[in-house]
Amino acid sequence: MSDVASQLTTADGRPLKAALASAQARAKRRAFFLVLPLLLFILITFAVPIGQMLQRSVYNDQFSKSVPALTQWFAENPKGSAPDEAAFTALASDLLLMKETRAAGDAGTRINYVVSGTRSMFTKAARGADKLEPPYMETFLDLDEDWDEPQIWNAMRSAASPWTLDFYTIAFDLERDADGKLQKVDENQRVYFRLYIRTFVLASVITAICLVLAFPIAHLLATLPMAKANLLMILVLLPFWTSLLVRTTSWIVLLQGQGVINSVLVALGIISDDGRIQMIYNQTGTIIAMVHILLPFMVLPLYSVMRVIPVSYTRAARSLGATSWTTFRRIYLPQTIPGIGAGVLLVFILAVGYYITPALVGGADGQLFSNMVQFHMTKANWSMAAALATMLLVGVLVLYWLYDRLIGIDKLKLG
Amino acid sequence: MALPSYASPLERAWHYAYLVICAMVFFFLIAPILVIVPLSFNAEPYFTYTEKMLSLDSEGYSMRWYDSLLTTGMQAAEAVRDGAWWSDLWHNADWVKAAKNSVIIGFWATILSTVLGTLAALGLARPEMPWRRTIMAILISPMIVPIIIVATGMFFFYSNPCAIVGLECGRLTSTYTGVILAHGALGIPFVIITVTATMSGFDQSLIRASASLGANPRRTFFKVVMPLILPGVISGGLFAFVTSFDEVVAVLFIAGPDQQTIPREMWSGIREQISPAILAVATILVVISIALLTTVELLRRRSERLRGVAAH
Repeated sequence: MSDVASQLTTADGRPLKAALASAQARAKRRAFFLVLPLLLFILITFAVPIGQMLQRSVYNDQFSKSVPALTQWFAENPKGSAPDEAAFTALASDLLLMKETRAAGDAGTRINYVVSGTRSMFTKAARGADKLEPPYMETFLDLDEDWDEPQIWNAMRSAASPWTLDFYTIAFDLERDADGKLQKVDENQRVYFRLYIRTFVLASVITAICLVLAFPIAHLLATLPMAKANLLMILVLLPFWTSLLVRTTSWIVLLQGQGVINSVLVALGIISDDGRIQMIYNQTGTIIAMVHILLPFMVLPLYSVMRVIPVSYTRAARSLGATSWTTFRRIYLPQTIPGIGAGVLLVFILAVGYYITPALVGGADGQLFSNMVQFHMTKANWSMAAALATMLLVGVLVLYWLYDRLIGIDKLKLG
Repeated sequence: MALPSYASPLERAWHYAYLVICAMVFFFLIAPILVIVPLSFNAEPYFTYTEKMLSLDSEGYSMRWYDSLLTTGMQAAEAVRDGAWWSDLWHNADWVKAAKNSVIIGFWATILSTVLGTLAALGLARPEMPWRRTIMAILISPMIVPIIIVATGMFFFYSNPCAIVGLECGRLTSTYTGVILAHGALGIPFVIITVTATMSGFDQSLIRASASLGANPRRTFFKVVMPLILPGVISGGLFAFVTSFDEVVAVLFIAGPDQQTIPREMWSGIREQISPAILAVATILVVISIALLTTVELLRRRSERLRGVAAH
């Protein structure tokens, strides 16, 4: 058979197999060239910036760029060696350099991330760097008795190299003790762990509420005649097309102390005028507003699955004697699983990384992961922001991968 | 969805409860958007319905917040409304400036993402396309990756785009180009999703038919492919435009004082002191979104008709 195939030739004498292969390769290339411009555009304007930012989570030269002498001392002395006179001499010469380049604040901040309360030691020492006298060890200890703390020297040793995992250590609520061993920070300082839990819980609650609200209306839309369903669909799509900020504003207007809902409740005499309920600028506000914003993302995938479920299945179940509840549980619900999966994953992915609504109506306890990234950005702690962003990105990409495997990204529909 | 005649009383009760639940969810979806519309005509600076408003007294309503939208930031807002006043309005009013920026940025970002996105969707629709799934996942990712990550990444990258090859070549932050590129990238997924959905019903043999009748690829594209996918392309473009028109986080990070858009102004309005002027803007935006939604719905129906998908 293959012999015959290799003997067949095109009109100009090429083997048919080779001609077909080259034609297919050409078609592939053509298709790929159509996608290429967009792929390059996305890579340059989107992927490269994110990759570059992620690099900042493990690269920080705030300290290392202004400490040549200390770097050399660290290289000559093994890890764990106590700082000697030579070490303090190196420190003094680096501080003098920092004073000239005005880098002490930056360098001190870098150490301060790891051992809090140390920034001022650097700025103070650098300010008087030209007046430091040998023996340096004593001079420094006179300035601040903490200067020989092993924790600080360990932190400086680690920060003397621009490549670092310090920011991930912080993001996992870990710190290094005097021996350089990792340990958990104090219970009341575990801010990041609490943040992850809160983000996860809020995103789950929002997803669950969205599912509960979306299921009946998706079912209604799927079972109504097309003309009526299209009309009702507009009620789902209009919020989808309305600006996020408009919808967030609406919720502020509705929920705030002097807002519409509170005023109605007061007018109806359900609550007293000074007993107005605080429904916004806290977790409640975040949940309500985000459910409203993300609900269409749950309705649309559910609807597209439910619409193609044949009515005859449920009818058959009923005619065979199943109660309506059994029919729903055993026949209808299992067929909607793909839609539930798609909606839940999509809403959860979007909720975990949400920024705008928590920032505007979240108050103190409604802040999510993204808001912490933004917080570190405003504090110019780029590396910490990048480390948190990396963790968020990894989480989202895992869910995205799962979505693609289970549902397929090409099944995504908008309206 | 009529109730079968054999339904038990309990099932009947449940059916009506279910309809009530549905009605409540629809109410939850739509009421917050509509509630702000009358409030934007409030004569008082409150966020609730005054007694005069409820009794439909015309004194309870006014256009003052719409007026303040126009006049904030003008040099001589109180002057006679002649040619000079309108020119002052056009050049100085904060919200007019923001609207102009939103339209300029939205327009170019839409062009960028629609042209590149449609080309790519044409490639993705071909059966020979290699690594389709991976490429599709990359192209949709701007919609999935949290906006704060995108914005911080772009903030660093655009402050010196050539740093990646170790050069200095100016910055893209605080420029229109920077914001347009960012919004272009964010609009891509919507164009890809919409246009590939249109292409999925596209009969590829039409292209071969056109070629066999002697049309070159360009003529085939403009005479055969384009008319069929145009509704999808326009919907995708509108999605991209709305994405840009509504985007605030990238603007917060990348734009300078000259590129303040409507959402950016709203953002600071909500964060600082929320005034009914915000509600006036919100109302205008709701009207715009209704118009866009109507357009997209009409286009979708037209597209289904063209592709011969029976309405069912």
